[in-house]
Amino acid sequence: MEDVAQFALMGKYIGAGLATIGLGGAGIGVGNIAANFLAGALRNPSAAPAQTANFFVGVAFAEALGIFSFLIALLLLFAA
Amino acid sequence: MAEEGGLQIHPMDQFQIHSLFGGDIGMFTPTNQTLWLGITVLAISALMLAASAGRSMIPGRVQSIGELFYGFIHDMVEEVAGHDGAKFFPYVMALFTFILFSNLLGLLPMSFSPTSHIAATATLAIMVFLTVTLVGIWRKGLGFLAMFWVSSAPLVLRPVLAAIEVISYFVRPLSHSIRLGGNIMAGHAMIKVFAGFAGVMGVASVLPIAAIAAIYGLELLVAVVQAYVFTILTCVYLRDAVGEAHH
Repeated sequence: MEDVAQFALMGKYIGAGLATIGLGGAGIGVGNIAANFLAGALRNPSAAPAQTANFFVGVAFAEALGIFSFLIALLLLFAA
Repeated sequence: MAEEGGLQIHPMDQFQIHSLFGGDIGMFTPTNQTLWLGITVLAISALMLAASAGRSMIPGRVQSIGELFYGFIHDMVEEVAGHDGAKFFPYVMALFTFILFSNLLGLLPMSFSPTSHIAATATLAIMVFLTVTLVGIWRKGLGFLAMFWVSSAPLVLRPVLAAIEVISYFVRPLSHSIRLGGNIMAGHAMIKVFAGFAGVMGVASVLPIAAIAAIYGLELLVAVVQAYVFTILTCVYLRDAVGEAHH
């Protein structure tokens, strides 16, 4: 019985660790947005300030999907 | 971890909520969370009262800070949420100053950041969600549901898109709150992990200490950016409720 509980705990921690891999996707997404924003802003600097808000909204939406994997990690660690 | 003086890192201990005067924690117990919430509110009130006390034509130092806040948020609300959204300026201003101040005050050594707790940020996000939903239904009636029916897409795709839009609508408070809480919590925990390294590295501990200084600068940026992101998303959501459809 003790062993089963230990295995379950191990699975929980491994699962939480695996879930954080999803945040890499958020990193790629945010990096993509920032890179493209910068590329566009350097081509047309006068148009850049008006698009800063859109930039942050895009970053936030890209990040949101990575956050769900962080949430799964938190749920596994503290709620499961 | 078992050896003497080994690596001792407890990065999550700093987020513990404890009662200020001892005893069990109930619904109305003053805790460190309550204390720092109060300090945040006091700091904002002090700044804003000092800023609006003089009301001179040529603003002094404090007054220009107050005007900077006011102008920044006012422009953002008008630009993103539209002219009708400007009614919600006080709410958005309160959200921004509150989140910014609790993020920044949480960066003081030995302090506590209320926004590092998902319970606190979820409350803020659910308030925004309810406001947007209720105002949207009140202003547009059933027309509010047109938001989920993307009329610019081909007819075959619309039911699929509608399902996705509904899911993404109800997931909003979740991502809205965890983005803020998770970012602040992760930053504080990361600083604590590096501080744990500094304790065992002897002379080489200058490296983790330098890293802490660098991360601290990054965290200052994160504190401001996350407050900005939270408010601008609030404005984007408010636009769904009060503005014309943007799809």
